[in-house]
Amino acid sequence: MGGYILKRLISAIPVLLGITIIVFLIMSLIPGDPATAILGSYATPENVAKINRDLGLDKPLVQRYFIWLSNMLTGDFGRSYSLNRPVIDEVLERFNATLILAGTAFVLCSVLGILAGVVSAARQYGFADKAITFVVLIGISVPSFFLGMMMILLFAVNMRWLPVSGMFAIYGGGDLPDLIRHLIMPSLALAAVATGVIARLSRSAMLEVLRQDFIRTARAKGVHERRVIMGHALRAAMVSIIPVLGIQAGFVLSGAVYIEIVFQWPGVGRMLVDAILTRDLLLVQGGVVFVAACYVMFNIAVDVAQGLLDPRIKT
Amino acid sequence: MPALRIENLAKTFPLKKPLFGAAAPGVRAVRPMSFDVETGETLGVVGESGCGKSTLARMLVGLLEPTEGHIEIEGRALDTADPAAFGKLIQYVFQDPNSSLNPRKTIRQVMEAPLKRLHRMPRPERDARISEIFASVNLREEFLDRYPHEFSGGQAQRIGIARALAANPRIMILDEPVSALDVSVQAQVLNLLADLKEKFGLTYLFITHDLAVVEAVSDRIVVLYFGAVVEIGKAESIFANPRHPYTKLLADSAPVVGRPLTAPEQKGSELPDPLNPPPGCAFAGRCPRATDLCRTHVPELREMGEDQLAACHHPIED
Amino acid sequence: MTAFLKLLFRNRLAAMGAVVLTAILILVLITPVLPLQNPDATATADRFKRPFTEGYLLGTDHLGRDLASRLLHGTRLSLAVGVVAALIAATIGSAIGIVAGYFGGRTDNIIMRGVDMLMAFPYILLALAIVAALGPGLMNALIAVAAVNVPFFARNIRGITVGLAGREFIDAARLAGMGHTRIILTELLPNVLPVIIIAMSTTVGWMILETAGLSFLGLGSQPPQADLGSMLGEARSALISHPHTSIVPGIMIFLIVMSINLLGDGVRDALDPRLRSGALSRPRATTLVERAGDIPAATDDLLAIQNLETQFHVGKRIYRAVGGVSLAVKPGECLGVIGESGSGKSVTALSVMGLVASPPGVITGGAVRFQGEDLIGAPYESLRRKRGDRVAYIFQDPLSTLHPLYRVGEQLAEAIRSHHKLGKAEGRARAVQLLKDVRIPNAESRVDDYPHEMSGGMRQRVGIAMALANEPDVIIADEPTTALDVTVQAQILSLLDDLRRERGLAIIFITHDFGVVAQLCDRVAVMYAGRIVEGGPTRAVLDAPAHPYTRRLIACVPELGGGRRALAAIPGLPPAVDDLPSGCAFAPRCDKARESCRAGDIPLAGTHPRAVRCLYPEEAV
Repeated sequence: MGGYILKRLISAIPVLLGITIIVFLIMSLIPGDPATAILGSYATPENVAKINRDLGLDKPLVQRYFIWLSNMLTGDFGRSYSLNRPVIDEVLERFNATLILAGTAFVLCSVLGILAGVVSAARQYGFADKAITFVVLIGISVPSFFLGMMMILLFAVNMRWLPVSGMFAIYGGGDLPDLIRHLIMPSLALAAVATGVIARLSRSAMLEVLRQDFIRTARAKGVHERRVIMGHALRAAMVSIIPVLGIQAGFVLSGAVYIEIVFQWPGVGRMLVDAILTRDLLLVQGGVVFVAACYVMFNIAVDVAQGLLDPRIKT
Repeated sequence: MPALRIENLAKTFPLKKPLFGAAAPGVRAVRPMSFDVETGETLGVVGESGCGKSTLARMLVGLLEPTEGHIEIEGRALDTADPAAFGKLIQYVFQDPNSSLNPRKTIRQVMEAPLKRLHRMPRPERDARISEIFASVNLREEFLDRYPHEFSGGQAQRIGIARALAANPRIMILDEPVSALDVSVQAQVLNLLADLKEKFGLTYLFITHDLAVVEAVSDRIVVLYFGAVVEIGKAESIFANPRHPYTKLLADSAPVVGRPLTAPEQKGSELPDPLNPPPGCAFAGRCPRATDLCRTHVPELREMGEDQLAACHHPIED
Repeated sequence: MTAFLKLLFRNRLAAMGAVVLTAILILVLITPVLPLQNPDATATADRFKRPFTEGYLLGTDHLGRDLASRLLHGTRLSLAVGVVAALIAATIGSAIGIVAGYFGGRTDNIIMRGVDMLMAFPYILLALAIVAALGPGLMNALIAVAAVNVPFFARNIRGITVGLAGREFIDAARLAGMGHTRIILTELLPNVLPVIIIAMSTTVGWMILETAGLSFLGLGSQPPQADLGSMLGEARSALISHPHTSIVPGIMIFLIVMSINLLGDGVRDALDPRLRSGALSRPRATTLVERAGDIPAATDDLLAIQNLETQFHVGKRIYRAVGGVSLAVKPGECLGVIGESGSGKSVTALSVMGLVASPPGVITGGAVRFQGEDLIGAPYESLRRKRGDRVAYIFQDPLSTLHPLYRVGEQLAEAIRSHHKLGKAEGRARAVQLLKDVRIPNAESRVDDYPHEMSGGMRQRVGIAMALANEPDVIIADEPTTALDVTVQAQILSLLDDLRRERGLAIIFITHDFGVVAQLCDRVAVMYAGRIVEGGPTRAVLDAPAHPYTRRLIACVPELGGGRRALAAIPGLPPAVDDLPSGCAFAPRCDKARESCRAGDIPLAGTHPRAVRCLYPEEAV
């Protein structure tokens, strides 16, 4: 098993490199001189010369890439001109908040989704199945930002149960219950679509598995139906479900951008959007690479989980 | 001149090179083998799983490129991995009739493909030829406008045979052509194949795992084990008087009405590991007659009597 | 095509989706000719009018612009952009996927590496990066969204192509002389196109959402141009004070995406052939029982199948898979059941313990008595207790019948644990012993293997071990050696025979091979079209078959030692069991058939121990 983990980690390296190349290439599409593009309104001749020296922006493309890459590997993601602090500091701080939001949403959508799917499949065509199918259908069709906005209207404004926005109360907050109260709506809004997708997929994976011969064998052995569904069928269905969890994590992370805007959550998504609008390109670059790299590592973990679950994957 | 001649034909599938260290030697699916198929004969090729018969078949029609050795079809060397080059000489009938027909093509389109591509026949000639072939395989012409899923296994297999015939080959490779069919339909298709062979003067290479079937249709039989030829002999005598212990094991294992049930003598029933093949004879691990010589030296295929060859250090005498 | 549409619209939700979508599309198409206000005309005096105010059907936004008009124009834009993005992503992605999947090898490797790297990004990051580089704007957002979705198509289509490229009809096309381009375009593409269309139906909804999302963030359509996303984005600051400006565009997005999803689901379901035969519903724990008619009285056999009738109800068709079968075994006996595919032998065997898949299976008549007790219609717990404990099964293909993710030892222990208490250590010990009983060498280490790590013969031994785990009284073996090599088969049959004699087991052995039956079974029953047509001691039946079908079946199977010969084939095909002729089912293919054969039901008759269902049998019984 250790060998498998090592192999997966090693295979991540070209992907990580690829990510940096892709981001770099995309950023090089910016028309005009890179130095002026980055500096924006701060592009005085002295600043341009300085930044060219520091980042080698006047060098040829390939060289620029390697300078940028080697800087990143030492932790230097450049400096955000609009916030006047190192990119990495800003990104780390904001990513922490996003992690809390997206992490909660991911756990919610996985657990609820799989549960809903299993119940749906086990009681196919029953009331539970129909109800779940209906709710799921609504869930995957509502845009998450709209859902968030409607939730604010309903729960925060009309019923005043939950705070309107932000991660902590401005006065007197900062402890866990405060966080949780602020987390409820955004994480639910964020989880909605993914829960629906996972529920549907779990349902069809279960149905597919329940038609397999080994389920018939389990029944022929006299295994109780409860164990047939939860032990035999679910275990086999997880093999198809886990990769989808990995993909849905990406969607949850993406959706976090919208939710952070709607709920004023101080996360990395909001940071990126603001950075684009203020043309703070070093911040965009650094933020994208960092978050993408974290996602790659998460997917490695998903692969490893898959390998642990399914012995047929060659270790 | 034999219809088909293979010399030292072999195929090794390479393994992926691991991250550290050298690549392990590949899987030797087919070890160097040589034999001839005479014009007009049916050569049966029989073996169990892992013997390499499918790999061999695909090499013979050019669907797979051999690692070593060469193939001659009616004297011409087959040295390209392009099936189209030899499509007019040698054709293939697949095992599973359903997956060998494109589900989205009508039968007419299926039949026309070889005629258009290989023979470049104009329309009227194609129609005439298709009618002719369909009549030979006892299929009604109204089937031409239907889709594969509308046919039973036996009919689909006959369509597959018709398609192979359409190219007007001299030699047909039949890869388990009746294994996927019901017993009563098998007989129909086997009879049809025999009739066609006579009518069109074909040469057959008939691959199967079923001993009784291969005995009923072949002139000579080649027995394969673990990628190598272990015995070649006349169909009427090879199972009655086998020379190689594996051939004897096969013959003794086949359930025959009237024979009492005793497991034939063999030690274990496992094939050697293809990733770690033993030196010497591959059958030594299961052979009741194996000696140290067998375990270290690969036996050569030698003449053992009239029209019989076997690769064994201690062949069975009469 | 009409069948497809009918199937599609039978699904009410899909129909609803289609209606809503069509309504929206029509509205959007006629927008230019509708008497709408100018969507960009500001009128600050009329800001934030509520819906249903005079002159403004849906109210106005923060600049006094008519919301109804903006809504329709915005919808046009959102739809157009979403569809165009979907088409671009589908075309480019599918082309890449097909090339990678068809050519395989290095090409595939390199291409998929690139695709993997693109997929390594959460999609928004890529989209944001592209928009950051190109600058905010609707076209740039479209490019970003299309680019981000190309990998999805590439991956999916490559997967399908790889599966198809390995199929034999591609080989056949090469043998027919086609070149690669022609094969891709004429053989592969028609098979891949439905998948592309289905994939597009899934993604069109997302892409509309994704472009709306980018516009919502202010990175897509720029003022004054507005699509639904940017309308929502601009309305955000007035969410609490004037919610209608948010609700209107939000609901429209929801309606569009929902109807596309419903329709897409409907299209997928209608295109999936398995759904037509009801194959995607889950089988119940036991077969459905809807018995009509009398229940036969008990006998003193160990296991007696009495007049069993099992049908498959698929749509409107009823397949009489088992049409009144009676079999019985006493302890220590081996009964062989022979038949071809469609004869009903497997269904009969599965019906015994209620393992026939329901839907579509239904047991409609007769009884199955184990030690006198009727199993059909017995409560679930009573049946479950006997399954694997008193009556055990061995199935045909152990690779699919053993659970792929549990170790062999665990599965064996589970067989025992379902009926008796068993500790962990004891379970393992019993599993090892069972493996030894079926003569698996190195049982101590094999017990921790997974099924895929074993050979076919060994897996089947595990299957036998599992059946023996609780020392059952009856074993039902459904073609257990058909998928095995002949040398392995010989060993398995010998093993079964030894076990039977040692333990006094009763075995019902289903097969199509006469040789196997002759070697293993005391008695044999021949089935055709769901009924038994002949039965008796094996030797007697095989030496002197009474039923014409039995005789002809024996004659058309080549026997080792029979030499080269033409085989006496049986013309025609077995009947479809949803359309059985009256009288003898074999009559259409029988060379002795007469009028009386087709007249009415023919009973199974004869002097014990033989019986035959024929008016003019070959041998008098």
